[in-house]
Amino acid sequence: MLDTDTFDLRKYLSRNPQSVAVWVTLAALILFGLLRYDNFGGAYNITSFLNYNSMFIIISVGMCFVIMTGGIDLSVGSVAAFTSVIAAYLSPYGIEVALPGAVLAGIGFGAINAVSVVVLRIPPFIATLATMLGAKGGALVISGAQTISVDWGSNFTKMGMEKALNVLPWSIVVVGVVVIVLWVVLEKTSLGRTVLAIGGGEDASTLMGLKVHRATAFVYLLSGGCAGLAGVILASGFGAGQPLEGIGWELSAIASVVVGGTLLTGGLGSVTATVAGALLLGLVFNILNFENGRGTISFSAYWQMVIRGGFLFAVILFQARVMAGREQRKEAT
Amino acid sequence: MAELLNMSGIDKAFAGVSALSGASLQIAPGEVHALIGQNGAGKSTLIKILTGVYRRDGGVVNFNGAETVLTSPREAQATGIATIYQELNLVSLRSVTENVMMGYEPKRFGVLINWKEAHRRTREILSRFGIDIDVRAPLGSYSTAIQQLVAIARAVSLDARLVIMDEPTSSLDASEVEVLFGVVKGLREAGVSVLYVSHFLDELFEICDRVTTMRDGRTVDCRAIAGTTKLELIAAMLGRDTDEIAEAGMTEFNAGMSGAEKGDVLLEAQGVSTGPRLNGFDMTLRKGEIIGLGGLLGAGRTEAARAIFGVDRLLSGKVEIKGQPGALETPAAAIAAGFGYLTEDRKAEGIIPDMSVRENLTLALLPKLTKSGQIDRARERELVDHYIKALGIKTANMEQPIRELSGGNQQKVLLARWLAIDPDVLILDEPTRGVDVGAKREIQGIIRDAVARGVGVVLISSEFEEIVEGADRIIVLNEGRIVTELTNPGITEDALVRALAHTEGQAA
Repeated sequence: MLDTDTFDLRKYLSRNPQSVAVWVTLAALILFGLLRYDNFGGAYNITSFLNYNSMFIIISVGMCFVIMTGGIDLSVGSVAAFTSVIAAYLSPYGIEVALPGAVLAGIGFGAINAVSVVVLRIPPFIATLATMLGAKGGALVISGAQTISVDWGSNFTKMGMEKALNVLPWSIVVVGVVVIVLWVVLEKTSLGRTVLAIGGGEDASTLMGLKVHRATAFVYLLSGGCAGLAGVILASGFGAGQPLEGIGWELSAIASVVVGGTLLTGGLGSVTATVAGALLLGLVFNILNFENGRGTISFSAYWQMVIRGGFLFAVILFQARVMAGREQRKEAT
Repeated sequence: MAELLNMSGIDKAFAGVSALSGASLQIAPGEVHALIGQNGAGKSTLIKILTGVYRRDGGVVNFNGAETVLTSPREAQATGIATIYQELNLVSLRSVTENVMMGYEPKRFGVLINWKEAHRRTREILSRFGIDIDVRAPLGSYSTAIQQLVAIARAVSLDARLVIMDEPTSSLDASEVEVLFGVVKGLREAGVSVLYVSHFLDELFEICDRVTTMRDGRTVDCRAIAGTTKLELIAAMLGRDTDEIAEAGMTEFNAGMSGAEKGDVLLEAQGVSTGPRLNGFDMTLRKGEIIGLGGLLGAGRTEAARAIFGVDRLLSGKVEIKGQPGALETPAAAIAAGFGYLTEDRKAEGIIPDMSVRENLTLALLPKLTKSGQIDRARERELVDHYIKALGIKTANMEQPIRELSGGNQQKVLLARWLAIDPDVLILDEPTRGVDVGAKREIQGIIRDAVARGVGVVLISSEFEEIVEGADRIIVLNEGRIVTELTNPGITEDALVRALAHTEGQAA
């Protein structure tokens, strides 16, 4: 069988059955929203939706890399809270200082995770749980448990509040560029392939002569850096460093990654499907808000969480059915 | 002739226990060199030193005319030593191309992988092995044989001077073995050396030039394979006399010789079908009888075992157990009825690697050991202790994780697991696969003793001598159907081969 290099959607879907569910559901939800609500497709809704969700997208993509190696990073929410405070403190020097500063702080936490996992051989779950607690405490300490207002005089809030060329919010532009770069890293570089190989079999990867330690360290540094970037967006978008934010973000990120079809055991995963997963979870809230806006029914925030949980369950079930159907077809041939 | 590889005086100890003492190995350029020895003889350790997985404690390694110290698999590959491990060390979730090219992908601008070129090269490399598959599909979607050949293709594509193959044929069927041998011969012609490690001694005579034998961490023998006999090789491995072995036969079995009356019917199957792989299977198993299932890979032997044990649902057919009609619906029901099933894939379906010998041994027995929710620990220990001694399981103590045991000893623990439930019927699928000669005979002895106590055994084995000497009757299968039945005494390997060849003729 000869295959060509042209993109073939059917072939893509047959090779990536785990990603089918997320794309189909995402398309269905968008269609549903467009048909049901007048302003759903409006520029305001789209930009504010993307602006808010850019934090979750970037955290999810970082998490995706960690999970692809078979690891987990529970510290991302706390690290984002910590770095939002750092970004707020650095905001008087402008975004050009605050952004790299906060990202570096995030990478610092990532480095702690990397050393714990790669050098000290601590299981990722435990190692990053410790970092999660540490970063959370650290954020409270350096902020005195107060939100830290940013310097409104500098260009710092541009990142979260203004649009590039009056079209797209800066936050989504920056996140978009990072996501594209990471997509290239995963799909087109040895480093990315090594990440997947480690999740598929760490011993096998070592015996193949791959640089396993280096790639494992990379994913934790990356996840930390992504959390740092999310912290910058958080501080910039809300005008303050938020030491109490970020609770449960790691779980949302894991949910996005899993909905996108990435195996929790590693070895199989996709950046684009993870982005789709993060958008999907955000979209459920967005649609519920529209539904509330119509006034016919009103869901409290608590009910919204319940509905989101049920929705997540349904998508995972859908995904499992697609996979099972594919297995059966394979057996039959 | 200048040697390509010269290892001498190699020492290696793990936690004070010596694994190698003064081992040596010489391989000439373009030579296929066999390395044999029982499990625990030090073959794997020697190979891992050669491939940079372990560091040697002492000795000299000379490769390609220069003394080398290899510290990582990557370095070994760069030096020209490629390895195909016994447990396929590939990433089955990833594509064929990735598995072949991983770490050496063609790049654009020095960074970005050129997938088009990578796929093309992979297809080209595989086509040399006569494989034409979709290289973008996950490796795991292909058969073990293809995966094996992909592993070899990877090694060859790295311009290796020496390719190490550790039990390359253990999961291949006859025609795939032919393809592999073709590849090995091709390598030899291209001037590449092959270090060939195998428990299947017959293979060595077909493709190897010289053979090195190891025993107890030492190199005890190195000779040209021409002019050697299988018996001499076994004798060297075991450190025993050739005459002694010739006397005792190649296996511990002596089927059909006892002449004893076979007992009551334990199991009767008529016209059992579970799908295309098993269609109309009949069998009557009596107490104290071994029935062999003969056939090539995919003939339906494992399917027959699964049907009997209640793993696969019957589509049609009748099963009677000890005179009671009704098939076993689940493995749990089968175990309750006194059935034990030693599966073919010890790693995936048998052992639980991180659990201790004790826990692995008593898994199937737990319901019987439990009284009002409490496991009777004293009784458990007593039982485990009994079987460790009775079967000669080599373990530091019963709490040692089973993964640390050799393959033969793992297999003995699994056998003990089933013996401990005091079974009426034992289904044994490849009980001695991947096990060294000494352990093989011990396991055969254990089976023989169980049969003498009245257990009925269904034996599946790809090793002809085992099934020919072991089974009272052999049911020969092809494509899920019974083609003939042979009865001992009087079965010879020739007769079995002819029966198989005959079925092949029919199929074609």
